[in-house]
Amino acid sequence: MNWNAWLPLLVIVSSLLPGLIIFSLAEQSVRLRTMLNLAGALTSLALIGWMLWGVYHGQHYELRLALLPGLDLVLRAGPLALFFATLSSVLWLITTIYAIGYLEESPHRSRFFGFFSLCVTATIGVALSGNLITFLLFYEMLTLTTYPLMVHRGTEEARRAGQTYLTYAVFGGALLLLGTVWLYTLTGTLEFTPQGFLADLGVEHHPALITIFALLIAGFGVKAALVPLHGWLPQAMVAPAPVSALLHAVAVVKAGAFGIVRIVYDVFGVEFASELGVTGPLAWLAAITIIYGSLRALSQDDLKRRLAFSTVSQVSYITLGVAIAGPIATIGGVVHLMHQGLMKITLFFCAGNLAETLGIHKVSEMDGVGRRMPWTMAAFTVGAFGMIGAPPIAGFISKWYLGLGALDAGQIWVIYVLVGSSLLNATYFLPILHRAWFREPSGSWPEERDFGRKETAWMLLLPPVLTALMAVGAGVLASAPFSPLEWVRFIAQREFYQP
Amino acid sequence: METVLTDIPWALILILLPLGGGMLCFLWPRMARVFGLITAAGVMLSVVGLGWQLLKNGVYHHQVGGWGAPLGIDLYADGLSLLMLIATALVGFGVSLYSIGYFKPEKAIHFWPIWLFLLAALNALFLSADIFNLYVTLEMMGLAAVSLTALTGSREALSGAMRYLLATLLGSLAYLLGVALLYHGFGTVDIALLGQRVEATPYLWAALGLISAGLLLKTALFPLHFWLPPAHASAPAPVSGVLSALVVKASFYILLRLWLEIFEPIVDGEGIETLFGLLGVAAILYGSVQALRQTRLKLLIAYSTVAQIGYLFLAFPLAAAAGVTAWSAVAYLAISHALAKAAMFMAAGNLLQFGGHDRITGLDRVVQRLPLTAGAFALAGVSIMGLPPSGGFIGKWLLLEAALTQGRWDLVGVIILGGLLAAGYIFKVLGHTFTQAEVTHQSTEVPAGMEWAALLLAVGAILLGFLAAPLLMLVGIGDPFGISEIRS
Repeated sequence: MNWNAWLPLLVIVSSLLPGLIIFSLAEQSVRLRTMLNLAGALTSLALIGWMLWGVYHGQHYELRLALLPGLDLVLRAGPLALFFATLSSVLWLITTIYAIGYLEESPHRSRFFGFFSLCVTATIGVALSGNLITFLLFYEMLTLTTYPLMVHRGTEEARRAGQTYLTYAVFGGALLLLGTVWLYTLTGTLEFTPQGFLADLGVEHHPALITIFALLIAGFGVKAALVPLHGWLPQAMVAPAPVSALLHAVAVVKAGAFGIVRIVYDVFGVEFASELGVTGPLAWLAAITIIYGSLRALSQDDLKRRLAFSTVSQVSYITLGVAIAGPIATIGGVVHLMHQGLMKITLFFCAGNLAETLGIHKVSEMDGVGRRMPWTMAAFTVGAFGMIGAPPIAGFISKWYLGLGALDAGQIWVIYVLVGSSLLNATYFLPILHRAWFREPSGSWPEERDFGRKETAWMLLLPPVLTALMAVGAGVLASAPFSPLEWVRFIAQREFYQP
Repeated sequence: METVLTDIPWALILILLPLGGGMLCFLWPRMARVFGLITAAGVMLSVVGLGWQLLKNGVYHHQVGGWGAPLGIDLYADGLSLLMLIATALVGFGVSLYSIGYFKPEKAIHFWPIWLFLLAALNALFLSADIFNLYVTLEMMGLAAVSLTALTGSREALSGAMRYLLATLLGSLAYLLGVALLYHGFGTVDIALLGQRVEATPYLWAALGLISAGLLLKTALFPLHFWLPPAHASAPAPVSGVLSALVVKASFYILLRLWLEIFEPIVDGEGIETLFGLLGVAAILYGSVQALRQTRLKLLIAYSTVAQIGYLFLAFPLAAAAGVTAWSAVAYLAISHALAKAAMFMAAGNLLQFGGHDRITGLDRVVQRLPLTAGAFALAGVSIMGLPPSGGFIGKWLLLEAALTQGRWDLVGVIILGGLLAAGYIFKVLGHTFTQAEVTHQSTEVPAGMEWAALLLAVGAILLGFLAAPLLMLVGIGDPFGISEIRS
């Protein structure tokens, strides 16, 4: 019996099982629920850590279960899969702590944490999928499990946002399904393979392949919020803060971006994709999204909306890095998967703290808030500077590699996009920081809650401080072994550009 | 042990057990629930036995009383029969579990005997080897189904049942005329023998026309669906479940069986397949749009059935070139829809009983206090929409695959569009699950058994998404789709 094969499934079960049990718990059993959550998160973290070590030393973890004649469900923990799975499970643990603090005493917590665990299950499933149909399965599961979280508040506004999200997601899912089946009828396999599995197909299939590429990218683009498919994301900020944090940092948006990475590298193969001429338009689309998201972010007064448009913009760095189709840009794009996650989750945690502690929802209400909540705003500042791309925070590393990669691939225009977007980032983040640190408080806060001498509950404060430290760490220690950057180099070497 | 298992005549038990159970329920009405549940459980076990038997010995063929083909009653079971029997047993058990809590004693005395009689008729239908027995079982099934529809005795139910009665009688009559023509023309009612003897004579064409028309009416394929929504929406919830899940599938099964064994080899040319395909397309679009427009939950679910039946007919035009994929898709869609739709009607029944109404916009108050029921509806919905992981997804995947390999983009478009519309009407209901509302009405408790029965069937529909490989292997027993013949 080879136990290694079952480890990927075990990771999935470690979040699925707590979720299912939590549904059956009574609202009052807070302690049991918390223990289940933490036990699940820690187990999955430990398993992923174990596999990271194993993969680094050449182990293989793969499980196949027959789904249809000739088509398997495949869970495979390769370097790229583990990269995304690590992000998911680390942020799951931190967000769980935050959510426990955030939702204290609010109704329907069993339902919330149940779906929360299922949502993480789906994300980790997306990470570990070894072929396109498995990916599709978890991707749709993600759609369904995030919906209840998004409408958790139960207001009419939340319901409408949920319907918008579903409309986009179901539509995207249909395109994805069509593309996947079509691909399968052409090739008879859907297995993620280094350098893709389509290069051998005859020239007469190329128009079909281009259409399939468009279908798949559109399907993933909905979740990755590529313009013009981004409409649901700013609305989705009606969700409770921990949900927004998870949604923007890892679960939904990243699953889309990760799907694009998989399509380009493991289905089409980056060389074949550029041969087909599909990476160029994708790069342009990503560039447009980057600029458009930043421009829209400028005019938002609602803090969470501003952050949401910032996500639209930032996530497309990943797509851009992938679409430039050069080895260095790839590293920049893929590592941004992790970097953007750490920084954006920090920002959303902070926004949640401001709302929860002082009732602040708008940028215009933030005058002098740095004095009232120094730790929160310090974390926010780290996140914001990271987004702008200031060294030594993680975002700088991403942009540096994207820029170098663009030069390497001879695509100078990308540099302009990067510079322009950094300027825009600065334009919409710096005023917030200026208000928070340098302006006088206007007197009273909209809705202040008293936490004694502390600025807010420790469970709300610890997570953003932790993620902010990690964002700094990922930048400062970028060349240490097992840093995100080093791991992505390892991925590129192993999976993308294998000789 | 193994030989004992394979030697027991499971097929006979499948028919006699519910008949006997129904009789007992009739004689001791007080014990009806107990007998009913035991019978349903027994039927499940017997199907397992029959499946085991088929796996060991291949196709099952039994001559009742030893009379032989032209005169006596023959029982026949291959993979396709087995699949339908599995669906019947699962739904049957779920419905029985549900009905224990659902019916008040004065209704229960009527419900249980008729329901078990219906179960026997269904099992017998799936086990029949000749077209006349198929007629007898079809008629038994139809009459039992109509009686169950009328059970509540309300005005709505009676008028729905009346329409249903007329449709079902007309359908059987047309079918019987077709049977008579075939018998007259080719001198046998045995399906296998007919398959060898038929030729393209006027008898065959007339029989094909009559049989198809009759069975399409009973299957409620658009535009012959007019009787279905009122009947399915006004029947008691467990009955609606049985009607949508099993009864319409039974007449479809006969059509499919006769098409595969008798008509398809003779009727070449595209005319009829194309017609079936077109009607299927129309059913999907019309049923889905109507479902979207409904304001009452049970009507919405009933129109969803009209749409889902359309999918079954898409396989006909696809089968010529992608037989095994297309027919596997049909088999999978049929069993998934059976479980999911039964679960959905039961969930609707819970909501109706709890809140006293089934207006969709007023459901939020109800749903929040019945989380298991809401979960059942949602999971069943996942399968109906064809989202993974679910049986519905597998069926849709296979159907899409068959359509794409032949470049039938029109059908591809319809399948995708049908899925989107289904998502529309399912989420129209689920959107109200999470909104907050004051509890303003009197609510009636829903017994736990009713909630769990719905949930179990819905979970079954989801689990089917992981069982495609073994189930399709089972369906292949006895080669019901005649694939190997064509290939060799």
